[in-house]
Amino acid sequence: MTCDLCDEKASVFLTQIVDGQMQKVNLCETCAQAKGVTDPTGFALADLLLGVGEEDEEKDDLELGGDDTSVSAPSIAAETADLDESTTCQSCGFTHAQFKKAGRLGCSKCYQIFGPGLDSLLKAMHKGTHHIGKVPSRHQAVVEQRDELENLRMQLEDAVTREAFEDAASLRDQILKLEAEMAQLHSEQRMNPPANITS
Amino acid sequence: MIRFDTLLETQADWMRQGTSHGDIVVTSRIRLARNLVDHAFPGWGRKQENEATLRVIQSTVESLPQLENAFSRHLNKLTAIQKQALVERHMISREHAARAAGSAAVMNQAQSISIMINEEDHLRMQSIQPGLALRESYRILNEIDTDLEQSLEFAFDKQLGFLTACPTNLGTGLRASAMLHLPALMLSDQVNQVIQAVNKIGLAVRGLYGEGTEALGNLFQVSNQTTLGDRELEIIARLQKVIEQIVNHEKNARQKLLSDNTTTLCDQVGRAFALLRHAHVMPSKEALNLISMLRLGVDLKFFPSEFVVALESLLMEIQPAHLQIRADRKLPTQERDEMRSQIIRDRLKTLPKPNISNALQSLDQGSTHPTEE
Repeated sequence: MTCDLCDEKASVFLTQIVDGQMQKVNLCETCAQAKGVTDPTGFALADLLLGVGEEDEEKDDLELGGDDTSVSAPSIAAETADLDESTTCQSCGFTHAQFKKAGRLGCSKCYQIFGPGLDSLLKAMHKGTHHIGKVPSRHQAVVEQRDELENLRMQLEDAVTREAFEDAASLRDQILKLEAEMAQLHSEQRMNPPANITS
Repeated sequence: MIRFDTLLETQADWMRQGTSHGDIVVTSRIRLARNLVDHAFPGWGRKQENEATLRVIQSTVESLPQLENAFSRHLNKLTAIQKQALVERHMISREHAARAAGSAAVMNQAQSISIMINEEDHLRMQSIQPGLALRESYRILNEIDTDLEQSLEFAFDKQLGFLTACPTNLGTGLRASAMLHLPALMLSDQVNQVIQAVNKIGLAVRGLYGEGTEALGNLFQVSNQTTLGDRELEIIARLQKVIEQIVNHEKNARQKLLSDNTTTLCDQVGRAFALLRHAHVMPSKEALNLISMLRLGVDLKFFPSEFVVALESLLMEIQPAHLQIRADRKLPTQERDEMRSQIIRDRLKTLPKPNISNALQSLDQGSTHPTEE
């Protein structure tokens, strides 16, 4: 087994339980030392995966308030699957190589490009891979419609397999109607963006 | 809009002693990260784009009723020392202080709400309250978030939640944290055990100065690490439960010290007072640790309880940037240490001396639970 951070042979195997979910990391002796894994205080796998804490070493004098709770991080260690280093976000020009270097993305659209490869990273970093918290009001309708659409499509598939063509036809009409509604809502939001930024 | 000097002269709301576990939980903070759709994150955005997002966000934020008559400045309009003072007040992060054009800081005069524009994310909003008040902090900030979302379109994905520059903040974008004062656990060498236990359940413990630093002034910060896959109130509830346990450990440790090591404890508090009252050179680190002992003295009723507020603002005034703003020039360390000692001496002169023996007597006669009301 090789180290998750370099390609040396791993000799330190770490398992951490976070709310009943297991996170595992394999490290070589050198990386384990460098990441302070041998010191059980102040260590967490999420930090390690994103290389947190490295920049905090340079402390000048005694400044209060360096207690910024944000996680700051270079070096994404986890390989993200199936993505070439030159994969580029069409929207902002950010590349996958840059993401691996900085541990940050370029814009929100980047998640559509690099997101599919992030799953294993997110699993190790977070409690789950699905957001179940607050939904902004303007997305609430969209989220509900999307759920409804998914539901109707499943019913349609089912109706077709059962050869219940009358049901299928009615379901198809409902789907078309919902899709039209969603398209309209979408274009309204585009035409009338609440904060129209002209840069 | 208020001036920088006015802001600094104002005693922040969170410097009061909190009503819930205020003797141990100094402050509770909630932070939310948000970004606008269709714009590069600030770290990747070009200057022009950042300035455009800044304009829109700043005017929207300033129009919030909660931020009426706020302090609101572009970071290139503040000096390095002024930005450092805002860091010392927990109003902006160190990362934000390093930024200039294209970023801004907005906060109310009470300093209970602070909004960083174009930090790592377009919006980093923070609400801070004294004592253990995570839910209240979240309620306040959630209202602001809901208001802002009416006029700003935030980047949101059904699966990943709020989209942030760093994947560690995805989902809720929420970081909840509490600053804990744990002198008794420290004095009785139990604090590392507690930190290890807290780390094991996936929460982060940091010293006053951030990750990997020693806990100056016996202050520790506990916060959630994961932001995706849980509801906001669940994240907060879990953190709250852990904090309540730590508070109990600290209370027990204080009781034990008081009954088993009475003399040592009185000696520590008395020495701290004497040093602060009479020293002429006072380095930052020493001051923080000694003031921590006085704070413990207040909790043990050696000092009247109003003392805490005085200590809290003193703690702020003796920070390096605050000193240099008061002096109106850059000061080398030696001069800072002298000036710090003088401010502390002058302040303690106006406050009553510790009444340790009386306090102990009343403890003997009366309650056996001095740290509880």
